Amino acid sequence: MTEDDRLAAILADHAGREGALLPILHDVQAAYGCVPADCYQPIADALRLSRAEVAGVVSFYHDFRDAPAGKHVIKLCRAEACQSMGGAEMIARLERALGMKVGETKGDVTLEAVYCLGLCACAPAAMVGDQLVGRATPERIEALVAEVSA
Amino acid sequence: MKVWVPCDAAAVACGADEVAAALASAAGLRGEEVEIVRNGTRGMIWLEPLVEIERDGVRHGFGPMTPEDVPALFEDGDHPKALGPVEEIPFFAKQTRLTFARCGRTDPLSLADYEADEGWQGLKRALELGGAQTIEEVTTSGLRGRGGAGFPTGIKWKTVAGADAPQKYIVCNADEGDSGSFADRMLMEGDPFCLIEGMAIAGLAVGATKGFIYIRSEYPHAIRTLNAAIKAARAAGIIGDSLMGQGPAFDLEVRVGAGAYICGEETSLLNSLEGKRGMVRAKPPLPALEGAFGRPTVVNNVLSLAAVPWILVHGGAAYAEFGLGRSRGTIPIQIAGNVKHGGLFETGFGMSLGTLVNEIGGGTASGRPFKAVQVGGPLGAYHGPDDFDLPVCYEAFADQGGLVGHAGFVVHDDSADMLALARYAMEFCAIESCGKCTPCRIGAVRGIETLDRVAAGDPAAIELLHELCEVMEKGSLCAMGGFTPYPVRSAIRLFPQEFSLSQEAAE
Ligand SMILES: Cc1cc2nc3c(=O)[nH]c(=O)nc-3n(C[C@H](O)[C@H](O)[C@H](O)COP(=O)(O)O)c2cc1C
Ligand code: SF4
Ligand code: FES
Repeated sequence: MTEDDRLAAILADHAGREGALLPILHDVQAAYGCVPADCYQPIADALRLSRAEVAGVVSFYHDFRDAPAGKHVIKLCRAEACQSMGGAEMIARLERALGMKVGETKGDVTLEAVYCLGLCACAPAAMVGDQLVGRATPERIEALVAEVSA
Repeated sequence: MKVWVPCDAAAVACGADEVAAALASAAGLRGEEVEIVRNGTRGMIWLEPLVEIERDGVRHGFGPMTPEDVPALFEDGDHPKALGPVEEIPFFAKQTRLTFARCGRTDPLSLADYEADEGWQGLKRALELGGAQTIEEVTTSGLRGRGGAGFPTGIKWKTVAGADAPQKYIVCNADEGDSGSFADRMLMEGDPFCLIEGMAIAGLAVGATKGFIYIRSEYPHAIRTLNAAIKAARAAGIIGDSLMGQGPAFDLEVRVGAGAYICGEETSLLNSLEGKRGMVRAKPPLPALEGAFGRPTVVNNVLSLAAVPWILVHGGAAYAEFGLGRSRGTIPIQIAGNVKHGGLFETGFGMSLGTLVNEIGGGTASGRPFKAVQVGGPLGAYHGPDDFDLPVCYEAFADQGGLVGHAGFVVHDDSADMLALARYAMEFCAIESCGKCTPCRIGAVRGIETLDRVAAGDPAAIELLHELCEVMEKGSLCAMGGFTPYPVRSAIRLFPQEFSLSQEAAE
């Protein structure tokens, strides 16, 4: 399938659905790894919105990216319960170990902040790909990344 | 041998899948018949992964388990991780579990388990009673919204029921973005049919034929479980074209958020559901009259809806017997952060804050002295030992300049840096503000800067900070900007010296 066919298929999937924009954007991001700007107009046409409306929605939500993330996305919880268990120090140590900051992509790895994963009773918490990590340590996160990279 | 290993995200985050796999392979090696049930969690998160084994009809607990602890389960003699009968563990035995009665006991996706454990009885009763009587029961129960604001659920339903419209909706707010909150997630993963039943009852009561569950994208496990549960309930003819084959139509759809805290606010959530930016709408019109897609809509939190089946089965009056003052029934309290026994504790309103932190929570996890507990999420106030007598109920916390909110309690030990936490509160508001009003959009950024000036020792900055908090509180359209001053001011009041102030200057 060409790129355009993929988008057309997603749009067809959601035809007639009430308030379909978010589900469409999620599907687009799943297909392309991000929401490319050249998707805005076709999506707008399908939903009878303006291109600006679509752009405005994409930029409002933290989830939607304009460029694909690294192969391994590490989400680190910055919220209070994780802070109370040394989350900030854990993040700092991981940043040092990986030589990068939260918000950056380096090689295969993207480091991201997240504000609560609902794992506050086993803080600090993180998510590596779709693997949840409770009682997280930098060592455990690094080991997980090494495991999935192998 | 029948064994339970939780599939709850917190248990999985602590290695439950690895433990389940080790159990299966150990059983295979020994040629033993082992039935592994993936249950929800009992909520004793410090013991997760908590494995349960049935012996003479009693479920015995082992935890926190690692794969290395598994082989000993098959051997005679005492297991080092043995906890005894799981329902006799004090943290569990002290609870009043109404909403979470099934969570941790059953296989979340087994319709047979659900039916055998009071499942669909509330819906059956609602079908017998009809809409008006069902709302009457909910009103009698005294149930108030568990999502934070504490608005009476019966009144909300009555407004929607009374609205005349060709289409009405039930929207379940499963955006649960507060730090320290995980009860919604736990229920959706551990007993999803209970939420489905509560929503079906709500639909029946107000005349809505469609329900949406808006779940935050940070909860992929809950999203999967609910989708599977909805499919199963539909296939069994419980929801869909007709409720249980005898009632009106009611169907459900899961919608996934996109990482925005403000979408937990009900009008932002509705905008997001409609495919717009999650901007807060001014009220009125109330969502009850003009909600999703402009139609009358019940917006309720997961726990409000999940409380309803019990209320219908046992009666509103029985529910109202629990609680304190105008806070009726039970509240699923989430104890988290730097605490020994973190987890979910459901109890009638009224337990004191000190009991909760010291006895139930068992003090700090680090063993260092307790410093403060933040109650009600990122917009909630910090409380010190002076507040330990406060009973957990909406009024008492409001009187002390705080809030119960979604009942998340986050404990900090004496290493907590209160200035950093106050700064974080402003930073969080700046990151998550919807941007609609100036006091919040700009105020939070100025708040960060002002706290940096405080940290740098600027004596004029604290006065400015108080003024800024005043403007944010009074001038913000919603509680995001309006309540961000709560954690900031309470931190200053409790620990003035950390803001380079003397005690008097802080008062
Ligand atoms: C900033 C903000 C965030 C909120 N987040 C949530 C949330 O995550 N979940 C929730 O149920 N209610 C949340 N609320 C409250 C909702 O606006 C609304 O009161 C609630 O969903 C109504 O349901 P209830 O009556 O069952 O509590 C939030 C409110 C504000 C102002
Ligand atoms: S207070 Fe903040 S989040 Fe609420 S409406 Fe105003 S800008 Fe939006
Ligand atoms: S605060 Fe980090 S998981 Fe909830």
